[in-house]
Amino acid sequence: MTAPEIEIIVDGEPLRVAAGTTLAVALLNAGVRAFRTSASGAPRAPLCGMGTCYECRVTVDHVVGRRACLVPCVPGMVVHTADGDD
Amino acid sequence: MGARPDVIVVGAGIVGCACARALAREGLEVLVVDASFPGGGTTAAGMGHIVVMDDSPAELALSAYSRGLWAELADELPRSVEDRRPGTLWLAAGADEMPILGQKRDLYQRAGVHAEVLDATALRDAEPNLRLGLAGGLVVPDDRVLYPPNAARWMLDEARRCGAVAWRDTRVVGVAERRVMLARAGGVQALDTGAVVIAAGIDAPTLIPELPIVPRKGHLAITDRAPGMCRHQLVELGYLHSAHALTGESTAFNLQPRATGQVLIGSSRQLVGRDASITPRVVGEMLRRAVEFMPPLASLSVLRIWTGFRPATPDSLPLIGPWPEIPGVWIAAGHEGLGITTATGTAELIVAGITGTTPPIDAAPFAPSRTMAAPLTA
Amino acid sequence: MTERTQYDIVVVGAGPAGLGAAVEAARGGARVCVVDQNPHLGGQIWRHRDPSVLPGHARRWLRRFARSGCDWIPNAGVASVADDGGLLVNNMDGARRLRAGALILATGARERFIPFPGWTLPNVLGLGGIQALVKQGLDVRGRRVVLAGSGPLMLPVAATLARRGARLLIVAEQASAGALARIAAGMWRTPSRIAQAVGYRVAFRTAAYKTGTWVVRAEGSDAVRSVTLTDGTRSWTLECDLLGTGDGLVPNVELATLAGCVTQDGAIVVDAMQRTSVPWIFAAGECAGVAGQDVAVLEGRIAGLAACGRDGEARALRGARDRARSRARRMLEAFALCPGVRARVTPETIICRCEDVPAGALDPDWTAREAKLVTRLGMGPCQGRVCGPATCELMGWDAQVVRPPVQPTRVGPLVDLLRERRP
Repeated sequence: MTAPEIEIIVDGEPLRVAAGTTLAVALLNAGVRAFRTSASGAPRAPLCGMGTCYECRVTVDHVVGRRACLVPCVPGMVVHTADGDD
Repeated sequence: MGARPDVIVVGAGIVGCACARALAREGLEVLVVDASFPGGGTTAAGMGHIVVMDDSPAELALSAYSRGLWAELADELPRSVEDRRPGTLWLAAGADEMPILGQKRDLYQRAGVHAEVLDATALRDAEPNLRLGLAGGLVVPDDRVLYPPNAARWMLDEARRCGAVAWRDTRVVGVAERRVMLARAGGVQALDTGAVVIAAGIDAPTLIPELPIVPRKGHLAITDRAPGMCRHQLVELGYLHSAHALTGESTAFNLQPRATGQVLIGSSRQLVGRDASITPRVVGEMLRRAVEFMPPLASLSVLRIWTGFRPATPDSLPLIGPWPEIPGVWIAAGHEGLGITTATGTAELIVAGITGTTPPIDAAPFAPSRTMAAPLTA
Repeated sequence: MTERTQYDIVVVGAGPAGLGAAVEAARGGARVCVVDQNPHLGGQIWRHRDPSVLPGHARRWLRRFARSGCDWIPNAGVASVADDGGLLVNNMDGARRLRAGALILATGARERFIPFPGWTLPNVLGLGGIQALVKQGLDVRGRRVVLAGSGPLMLPVAATLARRGARLLIVAEQASAGALARIAAGMWRTPSRIAQAVGYRVAFRTAAYKTGTWVVRAEGSDAVRSVTLTDGTRSWTLECDLLGTGDGLVPNVELATLAGCVTQDGAIVVDAMQRTSVPWIFAAGECAGVAGQDVAVLEGRIAGLAACGRDGEARALRGARDRARSRARRMLEAFALCPGVRARVTPETIICRCEDVPAGALDPDWTAREAKLVTRLGMGPCQGRVCGPATCELMGWDAQVVRPPVQPTRVGPLVDLLRERRP
């Protein structure tokens, strides 16, 4: 099964992803390492993959702290990760 | 500590720990007892502001003096205490409140407390996330914020360094002349002492039933980290009306930036006994007011909502001084919502009383004996 | 979202237990609403972007639910429960209040992680996390993967990874071969299960399956680069791109605890009809004790029937439920944690990932609440869901008091939810 592709914006760059993909998968497949930066400044990325651990928090359409593992990608979505802070 | 301590401090909240530290530094042998663990009661439930309040001349004197003592400690406090000086910003919603700000500034200035009136434009520069249309503010730049449980623990550690001993999980079941009854894991024991300081907050009346201290419930909510959302502790002027009516239920806008970047949202006041349950209506109103003053707050996540009990007195002043009914018993309780601020000043008043030296500020307004006269009106 | 607010039964969770409960309750004519935090039905085990790849019984339950007439609120959490049946439900679009005659909690389980140095690195994932992300399309082709953890989940995850083209380096189970042999023997009584296990084994036969082996640390800078494993006597290091780890499952009891339901050993206590200590609240599946999907469906059905007063039909399912539960219990006993897993924690190891609290900051003489107040342990957005089970295991601390909201909830929707409604 091949899902149609859509485009989202990640840290200012366009990214083509399969429609229906969760944001966590899209970002991991795109090689994003640091979804967020921890309280002491370390890179963090998804752990539980099911909404419990809050490690995959990113900013989506200016809303901070959204769990990437629970957010489906939609066309034009603007995403900011800690990788984009460099 | 010998078999007979000079002073037993009952309660290891911020007030008890501050008293223990001050007494131990005077060379007295101090035993601190707490029914659970240090800083775990009202101290853990509050906001942790070090703020000058001016409801009465006595409150102004005690809070200004106490804030000065905290400022002197600033360099010593460990990071875990999260001591910062964001200042307080009192907000005037409408033009009619601007004269009140001016009067408040004058009162503060006379007490040696620096304060400045901001007009609408200056207020906007100071706090860009506040809603448009506020008339102005009064900034009190030297007000502080800290993390109370760890402040209490630091105070207790300091007391220990000066020889004090602390017993946790120890309940005081009776207080008599120079003697207390303690219930610990091993059973009940009587302990002789030179003096007893009752710093048990809302639990003080369980030991001295005549103390007019009632638990006044408050709700707080804390958000996820959002650095820069607000820079000062923000309080609406209307807070004073809310804070001082001892009856009924009220909410007032009160925000505080925590060292972590989180925002602490208050405040509410209810007299409902010891019912600690969350009142959804009150939280809803408290959050509604917060968003009304600072609209971008709506997008932050609330991580936790909790309640706590302020030890309130009929005249809104703490009870600090000897308890005339039982020789050797001292009271340091009833600090309502200002206990973190006034803990340092309270400790100095207690030290002066116990050591028979001149108090640093007039102690008369705080004398517990005042509550034994004709009943006070709210 | 539909606009109805009054339901006979509200089910929290759309996994096997939740679907079983909703379908049975609706069959009896009850008005039912299911609330779930995911965008798709099925819970962690039956949720898939492409339902055609699901096993037959999962597809059947999803079909039954689709025909049941139940309402379904996806992407939503229950923030709070009131004694009068009032529920605060919120999602990204807003918030609403529901009123339920009965509440069925089917909140499932989450993975338990006993921390080790380096477990906070990117590309160190939970076993369930890898499974969920791969199902959603995570590309693992050619990636070197170490699986090191514990429990029955290891085998299906290994099989999925192998099928999707990952280079599985090792599947390391901390439980000893002796412990596992005892359950293998037990499984002869249920031949379909042995076949299932053998099927998994065939699917990843190129990787070493080692028992009595656990991870002691992971290393890397921006992401995991290598993993050091031990069998208790010998240690060795493998370079890898992904580490899947996890030490069994723990029930999600936060909502139940907030509602006042009694829990024991970390699970919601229920009677034979799945009723909790709060008479109008039922619990079914993993949240009432981890036991797998077969038990979850049966318990969900019993709860759904009992919640609408059809006790006779519910009773008929109890025998099957009890047999499945005791089978699951025997199996889980084999995966008890060995002491080496606890001993891998160093003073620098992060325990609370939200607040970056290291193990060395925690004093064993403290109570859980004291640790929380002093160090901020469990004070972050996961609300102690990750560090709570770890400190329970490592420090012997009880689960924390649950404070509302049960999940972080935005201020805006909370205002709408809590404001006094005047008629």
